[in-house]
Amino acid sequence: MERDHLSLVPSATSAAAPDATDLSAVIKRCAKGDHDAFAALYDATSAKVYGLVLRVIRDAAQAEEVTQECYFEVWRQASRYDPDRGSALAWILTIAHRRAVDRIRAVEASDRRDRTYERTINVEGHDSTAEVAEARLEAQRVRSALDSLTPTQREAIELAYLGGYTHSEVALMLEVPLGTAKTRIRDGLIRLRDTMGVTTR
Amino acid sequence: MTADIHALSGAYALDAVDPQERAEFERHLAGCPSCQAEVDSLREAGAALAELSTQTPPAHLREEVLSGARQIRPLPPKVLPIGQKRGWRRAGVLLAAAAVALGLVLVAYPRLNSQSGDRLAAVAAIQHAPDASATEQKLANGASVIWYRSASLDRTAVVVKNMPAPASGRVYELWLQNSAAQMVPAGFLPTGGSASAVLKSSTPDAKGAGITVEPAGGSPSPTSLPLSVVAFKAT
Repeated sequence: MERDHLSLVPSATSAAAPDATDLSAVIKRCAKGDHDAFAALYDATSAKVYGLVLRVIRDAAQAEEVTQECYFEVWRQASRYDPDRGSALAWILTIAHRRAVDRIRAVEASDRRDRTYERTINVEGHDSTAEVAEARLEAQRVRSALDSLTPTQREAIELAYLGGYTHSEVALMLEVPLGTAKTRIRDGLIRLRDTMGVTTR
Repeated sequence: MTADIHALSGAYALDAVDPQERAEFERHLAGCPSCQAEVDSLREAGAALAELSTQTPPAHLREEVLSGARQIRPLPPKVLPIGQKRGWRRAGVLLAAAAVALGLVLVAYPRLNSQSGDRLAAVAAIQHAPDASATEQKLANGASVIWYRSASLDRTAVVVKNMPAPASGRVYELWLQNSAAQMVPAGFLPTGGSASAVLKSSTPDAKGAGITVEPAGGSPSPTSLPLSVVAFKAT
């Protein structure tokens, strides 16, 4: 069973996702070539990584490829992760998001993105009850934080991050001046950051 | 356009920029530690959005990822000749210990090969400043490094000898430490062997300086621990 590997992370139970401190330690072990740690890392983060990549790319086959590439890069670059700069999860998701965006921009074929996106919402049925509860809890926390943004800020941020559009494209899509999308994204992110109490230092 | 560039930090943090904007903003980031800190925190906030899209991947992907990683060699952390601990950017104690200010104006300096006359003149100007200080270091790789600092000119120069040539695709990047204890790009050593450079940065009143090995073209912030680091004595 996949989740057995989580028991290798000392303070993680079999059902709870490892917290930020654990992931940082897991990455440290990956940096030394610890394949068990890498498996634990995959198990702890793959739903977030794959889900994000799939949301941006839409095409399931390409999303699998990019997810693989992301984890290979995480494995290769593990020694370069700097905890002073941010959380381990954010580091991994930054790699994933950048690769997903690079893939869609490289392809630049609108037909790939117009393909039917079959699973548009978080499908929690595949996971254990505890994981589902955890996922719902975290998602709830983020949704509450997003509620503190203006609707236009939230819209701009979701189009940019989850849609993978540039701020210029977002401006066109929302029919606002070029600078407006850029400002909404920045102001909204600052609000989101402060509401969620993000600190990287 | 300068006023606009900071406003791009949010879009950049979300990868919502085109290649030209990305390159321009990264050039800006190299000299703006507050933007780098902001980008880091906004990236953190952006990553939280991934909670909204979680999706268990197909089961077969797990084995593909795990077995694929077995054919990939994790990069090692950089090997450090002077044995610095991580977090050196904010290791004030370490920097203070490294500063052995000789407080002398040097009249003579080692003859240098393959340097432009302008660079030599610029280095000499710092060495000859009335308040110039010199800090000499011997590195484990056999190189010697002398840091020259003039607070009145607000300039720093470095002179190295017997520096091993950087590995292929690598450069020796120079850094200045600003008042927020962040290392800001300040140019490159032109070669290995004997070389000198005046550190260039828009950071005023730098608190220290350092040298790291970076990929060719340089990095906006150090990706490895330094070969050499110096703290400037407070004036």
